[in-house]
Amino acid sequence: MAMDKLYEFLTGPALWIAVIIFVGGLAIRVAWLFGLSQERDKPWHDFKSAVWAWRSIIHWVLPWASVSSRNQPGFTGAVWVFHICWIGVPLFLGAHNMLFEQAWGWSLPSLPDAVADWASMVVIACGVFFLVRRLARPEVRILTSAWDYTLVLLALAPFVTGWLAFNQYGPYGLMLNLHIFLSEVLLIVLPFSKLAHMVLFFASRSAIGYEFGTRRGARVW
Amino acid sequence: MTAEAQKAAEEAQEKATVSPEAEAPKPVNVGKIKTILAANEGARMRMWLSICSRCGLCADSCFFYLANDKDPKLSPAYKAINTIGKMYKAKGEVSREFLEECKEVVWGQCTACRRCSMYCPFGIDIATMIATGRAVCYSQGIVPDGLARTTENIRTTGNQMAMATEDWIETCDWMAEEYGEEVHGLEIPIDKQGADYMYTVNPREPMYYPQDVGMAAEIFHIAGLNWTMPSTGWDSTNLAMFAGDRAVATIPVKAMYDKALELGVKAIVITECGHAFRSAKFEGPYWVGIPGGEPPVPVIHSVELFRDIMREGKIKLKHKFEHKVTYQDPCNVSRNGGLWDIGRELVNLLCDDFVDMTPNREHNHCCGGGGGFIPMGPPYKRRRMASGKIKAEQIRATGATHVIVPCHNCFDQINDLNKEYDLKVKVVSFKEIITEIMEIPESMIPPEEDEQEAVLAEEEAKREVEEGAMEEAGEVQES
Ligand code: HEM
Ligand code: HEM
Ligand code: SF4
Ligand code: SF4
Ligand code: SF4
Repeated sequence: MAMDKLYEFLTGPALWIAVIIFVGGLAIRVAWLFGLSQERDKPWHDFKSAVWAWRSIIHWVLPWASVSSRNQPGFTGAVWVFHICWIGVPLFLGAHNMLFEQAWGWSLPSLPDAVADWASMVVIACGVFFLVRRLARPEVRILTSAWDYTLVLLALAPFVTGWLAFNQYGPYGLMLNLHIFLSEVLLIVLPFSKLAHMVLFFASRSAIGYEFGTRRGARVW
Repeated sequence: MTAEAQKAAEEAQEKATVSPEAEAPKPVNVGKIKTILAANEGARMRMWLSICSRCGLCADSCFFYLANDKDPKLSPAYKAINTIGKMYKAKGEVSREFLEECKEVVWGQCTACRRCSMYCPFGIDIATMIATGRAVCYSQGIVPDGLARTTENIRTTGNQMAMATEDWIETCDWMAEEYGEEVHGLEIPIDKQGADYMYTVNPREPMYYPQDVGMAAEIFHIAGLNWTMPSTGWDSTNLAMFAGDRAVATIPVKAMYDKALELGVKAIVITECGHAFRSAKFEGPYWVGIPGGEPPVPVIHSVELFRDIMREGKIKLKHKFEHKVTYQDPCNVSRNGGLWDIGRELVNLLCDDFVDMTPNREHNHCCGGGGGFIPMGPPYKRRRMASGKIKAEQIRATGATHVIVPCHNCFDQINDLNKEYDLKVKVVSFKEIITEIMEIPESMIPPEEDEQEAVLAEEEAKREVEEGAMEEAGEVQES
């Protein structure tokens, strides 16, 4: 059957390629930026401070820990929940862990399926909220390009398709393949898009932490 | 210029001459733009350009946005993306018309106050990006006239107002004489080897407000400091920094560092000026190329020195300042200087009735006069007044009658806002307050028999100074 062949391909070579590009892409990008910074970002290196990096990061990882995030509490709360669920669900999903088990013989603890299912809906709801907000607020709309909308949709795609597959809505085989395919597309695009912020966030926050904190004692949150 | 850049430049020139719309007077030197973009394309710039999530959180942090009915085109991200962002995207292949548009944004809609960096989830430093945009525009001769003029002054004379060394020294001597009649034994030592402090000023002090030089001398003399004025490197301001000319921005900083090293002073003291402090302490070391990014001699702001003097009781007060005061946190003294607490400590040492603005400290709003805005002069004044609305409202809400302002740019801006928004406040510097309420120690009171004369002389001095300032006031105000 075509779907099974496709499934085999998607969970075989395609998955390898996607994971390698995802991990390798991020690693190379970070290493390359680090090399560049040695020469061109002297202030970043001259004023390194673990304390200021940590303070700068933690105040933006925790919800409402910065003045700015408290200015838009609803949005930043949604961003926080979105991220927790987005990272948590795929890692601790029963179905994924079964695949981990099959592939490597080990797995992470699994969330109850009902919880994961709800968390997926939360991610989708937050994503829809982000899209609506982007359209509704003039200062955000003017900044948003077609690519920015696409990236939000792409970030949601695995959740929509995974949820549909899990709940057996629509043709299961197709949904599952679509789920895996779109997840792989996301993994491939991520390191080269603004979503690379999943690692660069820590770098850019440390840089501003040193610039304001180490050099001036100013709190950037 | 690299060979590659040279080639690109020639190509661009060629293109411009053969193109039908060659009526444009000057083609764009793309090679030069590419060189500037490349030099600034570090890891941070690349990250900032690529990870901005377009969330719009920075908008509410910028006073330009807030003061102009939340025009979305005034949000920090929009301004950066549509100037420097586009320059990088086009790899420097941009037109003169585009750069002319950018000019209105990078100078006319951002004071480089850096407040937005504190409000961005990724800590994107919009002001630094805008500064690169300025450098690109400047490289093509696209820059507000006021800044072009002052930058040229620095290049040719080492100070922004093209004041001759003799005139500077003469002003110091004149002030020593005038204020010596008020404080016995007062001197203004020039180039004193081994002094503890080397005091540097904003050229508008000797040019238009010489009493600022006199008041500083009074304070240092009474406090018993071992200090000196330098004959060169005395201008610590740096408008070339705001014009985007790094080469010229290096000139006054280097002159100042060299002089301080030559005299063997313990610290360089910056007058009550915000951007001078930023230039001397934070940016200067990188322009001059000092490894580690620290100036060769510690740089301190007047606010720090005055605080030490008052805290250590080196100057006694007749009484505390009686009026209700508020304090303007100049961005380049507070957020970009780290001195918000020291400023407040000094205010409290001098005044009993202090109300803070909201927001304050490192979160304070820029007054709207920074980033070169004041010297950009009349063409930009309307915009400056409009965007200063936020500051005006902040001041009005305190109910204070006096605003203490340790920065020359803020000083002019808040004075203008005072008129524009009818705030009914008086704008004062720390020097003015200290000299008004300090006690002159007995040993420094001019001798008895001369008393009558001294009083007369003092009045005479004040009058002369005021008249001097009035005469000059007709001219362009540069700071
Ligand atoms: C790339 C390889 C991936 C494979 C092979 C895979 C496989 C699966 C499978 C087999 C299911 C279960 C469907 C069912 O219950 O029948 C599932 C569900 C799900 N997956 Fe994935 N997945 C992948 C990537 C991802 C990624 C990258 C994410 C999210 C970032 C993700 C999020 C989800 C979600 C949210 C569900 C449904 C949870 C629910 O509603 O209960 N998956 N996935
Ligand atoms: C540890 C990792 C991560 C951190 C610390 C992080 C942090 C952030 C921050 C600070 C923001 C800006 C919040 C805002 O707009 O107010 C953001 C936005 C966003 N992040 Fe992440 N992120 C991480 C990982 C991810 C991952 C893995 C994705 C998945 C694709 C992701 C997708 C998004 C999206 C789509 C937005 C924009 C929401 C919008 O449209 O406004 N993030 N993230
Ligand atoms: S640096 Fe200041 S003026 Fe410039 S965009 Fe940011 S907040 Fe606005
Ligand atoms: S707050 Fe930062 S990430 Fe968000 S739009 Fe502004 S610059 Fe971009
Ligand atoms: S003029 Fe004053 S408030 Fe404004 S940028 Fe300079 S220091 Fe900041």
